Formats: sequence, structure tokens, C-alpha cells
Amino acid sequence: MRSRPGGVLPGFGLAMGFTLLYLTLIVFIPLSTLVLKTATLSWGQFWETVASPRTLAACRLSFGAAFAAAAINAVFGLLVAWVLERYRFPGRLIVDGLVDLPFALPTAVAGIALTTLYAGNGWLGRFLEPRGIKVAYTPLGVVVALTFVGLPFVVRTVQPVLAELDRATEEAAATLGAGRGQVFVRVILPELVPATATGFTLAFARALGEYGSVIFIAGNMPMRSEITPLLIMIKLEQYDYAGATAIALVFLAASASLLLLINLISRRARAVPAG
Amino acid sequence: MTTASPSPHPGIGVPRRIDHLSEPRWVRAGLIGAAMGFLVLFLFLPLLVVFAEAFSKGLAAWAAAVTDPVALAAVRLTLLTAALVVPVNLLFGLAAAWTIVKFEFRGKSLLTTLIDLPFSVSPVISGMMFVLVFGAHGLLGPWLLARDIKIIFALPGIVLATLFVTSSIVARELLPLMEAQGNDEEEAAVTLGAGGWQIFLRVSLPKIKWGLVYGVILCNARAMGEFGAVSVVSGHIRGVTNTIPLHVEILYNEYQFAASFAVASLLTLLALATLVIKGIAGRRAGGAARRVAA
Repeated sequence: MRSRPGGVLPGFGLAMGFTLLYLTLIVFIPLSTLVLKTATLSWGQFWETVASPRTLAACRLSFGAAFAAAAINAVFGLLVAWVLERYRFPGRLIVDGLVDLPFALPTAVAGIALTTLYAGNGWLGRFLEPRGIKVAYTPLGVVVALTFVGLPFVVRTVQPVLAELDRATEEAAATLGAGRGQVFVRVILPELVPATATGFTLAFARALGEYGSVIFIAGNMPMRSEITPLLIMIKLEQYDYAGATAIALVFLAASASLLLLINLISRRARAVPAG
Repeated sequence: MTTASPSPHPGIGVPRRIDHLSEPRWVRAGLIGAAMGFLVLFLFLPLLVVFAEAFSKGLAAWAAAVTDPVALAAVRLTLLTAALVVPVNLLFGLAAAWTIVKFEFRGKSLLTTLIDLPFSVSPVISGMMFVLVFGAHGLLGPWLLARDIKIIFALPGIVLATLFVTSSIVARELLPLMEAQGNDEEEAAVTLGAGGWQIFLRVSLPKIKWGLVYGVILCNARAMGEFGAVSVVSGHIRGVTNTIPLHVEILYNEYQFAASFAVASLLTLLALATLVIKGIAGRRAGGAARRVAA
């Protein structure tokens, strides 16, 4: 028999061929056009677009709000995963199923629903605004929308780890005299940190580029509540393709390197022996 | 593996609950309360408000908004787009997962990264890339213009952008599943003389059936609901290049809130149906995994 890479199974040529062809057409060519288009700009033009106060403000909001939303999701995602995995209560299975809603619900629908909830006359805005907390049409609204979008990630990465955790170590710690709080912080939590970090990274990545759910609730004021993807959209609508491409490329590069950094940190956290 | 295991000898003074392995009752209640509070704010209320607003002007207004000719045109375009996108991405997901799980080759991690890439590209940037390739001022723009082929602001552009955005979903569902299952059965089938397609159809496909079902319905939900990427390439021509999510946006921006939510409720029902099928598929796949483990 002819030797094939890695084993005896058939279909390598067909599967690899189709995968590469598809990736080239749908992913590689469009992405390289992005780089090519930016190359038509002079350095001066490029710098002027990228370093303009409006672009910088948009990037600050995008990264800041995505980070805040991912952090909220890390804390509450851990809590939700714990409650769903360790406790039994009525409606648990329905709640567990609904956690995936942000994966399946179109972002535009999430956007108009959240805006309606948090607007001044909405179910929640009605109580918040008299107390001076304005959510809709402010940067806080951006964080709310991004929290919704990233909600399932931490829950779904932590849940399987929690399910497979060996209760014997908890028992051992308890028989050695550790209190429940001590067991949680010193025995359980270290096991959950890598999964939480992975979930945080995914939620952060998803939130960075998010558009549909944000534009309804943000109010979209330049310099204040305008996210980077919207700024790119505005440039496109003005047929400023070069400007849009420059911002897109820098935004992509910045988010890629930030994600790489977070991945490295979480890999290091994983390498440290638990406890 | 519940925390509350009843004592085998009730009444002999053995505690009903292994106290040192669980939290006091008030802590449990507090944690459940906090988790539910968070989910009510960020999941249940948004879901509820969609239907409350959709039916705020009565059933007749809802039906009128949903059966409006422009809305129906949007529904048709969305169904057509999904019908074109989902089968292609199903094939791609299968081919990509098969390549990565069944073979060893150089550049495997690079290929995995490329497959994952569309997930982390902003939808707006995804749509923009296709404008840069096929748009009037794009790479192929003049060539297409001379031949009167319309891709951007037309169906092909919408399909391409949706293909890109949803390309990794099936592969991402299949990869962990197929990696966990291993290749033993397939290799046994080879030694027994089975051909390639025979192995795929009779050995591999039954093993990944439910993971594939979930991948496909999730891909479908995302294809029908994609907003940012499609928004860039569609051109927003009413009744021609407006998909359901774009129609929702237009109605909302025209302050026709009830009509906007009525159309949005269709997409919400689709999302809920997706989750129900996921629940069923997950239980079946989980059952199969347990059988493999046993």
C-alpha cells in the first residue's frame, strides 16, 4: 500500500485539497487584499488616519469595553458554571440550555432588545435613570451589549472542567481540616483558572469585533460612544476605502497581538502546578 | 453526583448531607440567587422584551408586520442565502476536521489557526474584505463592471460574506468530538478492506452524527442572523438585498418598534429552536460518548 502522511486512512488528498482551496478563496485572498489596499496609502496618510483623535477614542472604547465585559463574564461565568454544575434546583436544565442563547440569537435582535430594556422608559432604565445610572446611549451600554455577546464562553469552558474535577481532593483537604472556603480558594479555584482564562480570551476576542448588538445601544457619538467597527463602517459609507482599511488593519493587528499575549499568560498560568 | 446523598442508615445519627463537601444552605441559596440574577438581567429579560414588544400592538399588527411584502422578500433572501451557505460550510467543516484529525502533517497548527481565524475577525472587517476584492473600486471591480457582473450590493456578495463569517462553525463543533473519539474504528475498517467512502459513510458519519447536527443548525442560525458583514455588502436595497436582520434594523431606525420586534421575534424563535435541537443533539451525543467510554 502507498504510504500516506500519518497513517492508513484514506481521503487525505480530497479533504486537504478542498480545505485548502476553500480557505484560499474565502479567507486568504480577501485577507491579503486588506494588506494590499493599505499598501497603496502613503505613510503620512496612514498615520493621519490611524492616529487621529477619533480613531484613538474608538479603539480605546472598543478595547476597554471588551475587556470590562470579558472580566464581568469571567466572574459571573464562573459563578453560573458552579451553580449549574454543583447545585440542583428547579428549572436548572432550562437555564443550562438558555446559556447558549447569545450564540444563536442574531446580534441585531440582541441590540434592539437590550436598548429597549435600558432606555429611559424601558423595564430597567425606568429604575436606573432616576438613580443617575444611564446605560443606553453611553459607553456603559456598550459594556452591557458586549457582556451579553460573550456570556456563554466562560460558562461553557469552565463547566466540563468542574464536572470532571475529582471530589477526592476536596475530601482530602476537608479531612485535613480545611474549611469550605479554604478548600474552594486553595483546591478548587486553581483547577478552574486555566479554563476561566480561556473563556475570558474567547469572550474578549468576540467582543472586540462585535458590531450588531452594540450600535443600537451605544448612541454612537464620535469621541464618546463610537466603537472601532462602526468607525470602519462610516469610512466605508463615505467611500474612504483606504482609511477604512488602515483602521481595520491596525485594529486586527492590535487585537491579534493582544490575544496572543493573553494566550501566553494563560498558558503560563496553566504551567504553574496547582496549589 | 449530587451533593445531597441520603444516608444509608437514616435515624442512626449519620448526617443526611456530607457537610464538609458542600456549602452551608444560605451560601448555596445566595450563589444560586446571584447567578440567576445575572442571567435574568442579561438573558431572560432581553428574550422576554422581544416578545412583549412584538405583540404590544396585538396579534393582528404582528401578523401584518411579518406578512408585509418587504418583510417576506427579506425572509426569502435570508432562506436562499442560508440554503446556499450551509451545505458548502457543512462540506468544508467535514473536510477540514477530517484533514486535521485523521492525518499528521507539517503546518497542522497553522491550518487550525486559519480555520479558526474568521471567528475572531470583526464582522464589519469580514464584509469589507469582499468589498475590497469585488467592489466597484476593488481589485476585480473594473473587470466585473466591464462584464456587467454584480457581486457587491447583490446576492453573491451576501453569500460570500456569510460563507466567511460562518465557515468555522461546523469544524469547531466536529474537531473536539472527532479528536476525543480517535481513529481506531476507521483503522479497523481499513484492515477489513473497506473503501474510503464506505468508511466515511458507515463508520465515521454515525459516530459524529449529533455533533454534525448541532454544527449545522448553529451554522444555519448564524447564517440567517448575520448582521455586520452582510450590512457592509448588501447595499440595503429594500425588498431586494435586505435580509431579515437588516429589515429589523430599518424598521427600528424608522421608529416602527412593534413591527421591528415582530420581525425580530421570527429570528428569536429560530434561535430558541436551535437551542432545543442542541439540547436533544447534546443528550444523544453525550449518550453515545458514555457508551464509548463504557
